[in-house]
Amino acid sequence: MGFSTASAKSVALPAGKERSRRWFRLKKVLLPHLVLSSLGLVFLFPFIWLLLSSLKTPAEIFQFPPTIWPKDPQWGNFVRAFEAMPFSRYTMNTLFLCAVNIIGQLISAPLVAYSLAKIEWKGRKYIFAIIIATMILPPQVTMIPVYIIYAQLGWVNTYLPLTIGAFFGSSFNIFLLRQFMMGIPRELSEAARIDGASELRIFFQIIYPLLKAPLTAIAIFTFVGVWNDFMGPLIYLNDDSLWTISLGLQGFQSEHGAQWELLMAAAAVFTLPTVLIYFIGQKKFMEAGAAMTSFK
Amino acid sequence: MAQKSLAMRRKRRDFWMGLAFAFPFIAGFLFLTVIPFFQSLYFSFTEYDIFTEAKWVGLDNYTRIFQDENFYKALSNTFFMAFIAVPVSITVSLLIALLLNMKVKGIAFYRTVYYLPTVIPGVASSLLWLWILNPEMGILNTALRAVGLPDPAWLSDPAFTKPSLIIMGLFGTGGGALIYLAALQGIPREFYEAASIDGANAWHKFKCIVLPALSPVTLFQLIMGLIGAFQIFTEAFILSQDNLGGPDQSMLFYAVYLYNEAFVNLNMGYASALAWVLFVIVMLITLVIFKSSLRWVYYGGE
Repeated sequence: MGFSTASAKSVALPAGKERSRRWFRLKKVLLPHLVLSSLGLVFLFPFIWLLLSSLKTPAEIFQFPPTIWPKDPQWGNFVRAFEAMPFSRYTMNTLFLCAVNIIGQLISAPLVAYSLAKIEWKGRKYIFAIIIATMILPPQVTMIPVYIIYAQLGWVNTYLPLTIGAFFGSSFNIFLLRQFMMGIPRELSEAARIDGASELRIFFQIIYPLLKAPLTAIAIFTFVGVWNDFMGPLIYLNDDSLWTISLGLQGFQSEHGAQWELLMAAAAVFTLPTVLIYFIGQKKFMEAGAAMTSFK
Repeated sequence: MAQKSLAMRRKRRDFWMGLAFAFPFIAGFLFLTVIPFFQSLYFSFTEYDIFTEAKWVGLDNYTRIFQDENFYKALSNTFFMAFIAVPVSITVSLLIALLLNMKVKGIAFYRTVYYLPTVIPGVASSLLWLWILNPEMGILNTALRAVGLPDPAWLSDPAFTKPSLIIMGLFGTGGGALIYLAALQGIPREFYEAASIDGANAWHKFKCIVLPALSPVTLFQLIMGLIGAFQIFTEAFILSQDNLGGPDQSMLFYAVYLYNEAFVNLNMGYASALAWVLFVIVMLITLVIFKSSLRWVYYGGE
């Protein structure tokens, strides 16, 4: 009996605590999740609507009131979108531009960053200042003369203007790699230097292998940047056999504006690689984002 | 003596090595920035259509700019985005960062979700929003009508084109939020604890700890955002449907106008002058913000 009262007491006591714990759980767990997930749904909505629209029939897409879920998912829309415009050609063109730009950045940006972070020479602080300055310079200031130079070289309507810049290394990538390399202990390169290793050897055998994380981030950024670019191809590519997906989609829209289901299907295919790459390289994205905050 | 010449040799070697490694950037800077920079200044004093020789016209282009209605239209549209849309989106990205900084399970998943819209290509998201904002068939107006709210004509009504762009832009605030988040997580816990002991409430902590600690990031986002406003192009180009700025030229932004003058009308001289005016405006704004930042940005090191 005594035992049972004792246990009754021991149950009764935490009952009040239980209530406050429940309140605590509501306030600290449920409420945040409620806010985060409802706002998250809003953020996801355009993407979801893109996918849902791409699966509807022409009749269903204009139906009133609209259906949320496609009644009879039209997977064939993706095939039709590829037939309605030279989509595979645009894709190959865009992939080619991405590949060349990535190669250019992965060669040049680390070389320049190495010069700024690991070689002690007079000019490096000036070069660094210039790199920061070019990041703020509006591209329009140089856009027109650069176009004229390329036009005089006969490079308009070729891929040269859209790829050659990458082999000079972009300011942002050089900046990112320089910040990263500053964190690599000096002793590593200094020891090799004392052993008589050439600068190129130190760069390729010691430093370059340590750059996997930032180089992955740069490859991803470059891919997404080139894949998404609209203005560059718009200015330089007239011939539609050279068009990228961006240009092709815009061209298709201005000609066949009402075929929303095909347009959405093509836009969904266009979006997919960037989303996939983002999921794969997510950690690198975050790290690069964090590295940017050290910019003070 | 030998020691000294060895050091000298090392120094000279380092100089040439440094120069050699930096060569790609130096060459690019020279040919794609410095030379074009001065060429563009020269072109801004000429009339030039690429096909015929550039003709010197002195300050004509500049005097024309200041009498050009389209220029003022483009400038005021762009200022609207710079001084209204940018602060709005910075505020929203801060709020989202605060949400994402909560200590709950699965927060990494939410971060992914909020960042996702920023990776959608500009052309794809513009086409998608063209569809979402369609006045008759678009899902947004259908939803608004269903709950009895007014259904503006969004992209065909000059009063609603810029709000449309702002709404679109809000879906890209996940990028700014992540930058804020990284800074938020760098604030030492002791700051909050010390403030709690002093009896500070949540609002005080936000005002006196969080905002100052984030101010360098706010400066960064503000400058990048303002520069970005002068680059608004793809969305405006696609959503306006006529590349002249859409209804009542309400989406004629600076970069769009410059593109039209340069690459549609081939007024390379006039467009170069526009570019230089843009350059001066951007420099002035950046300078003013940097100057004012001395009063509102706090660096942890000091």
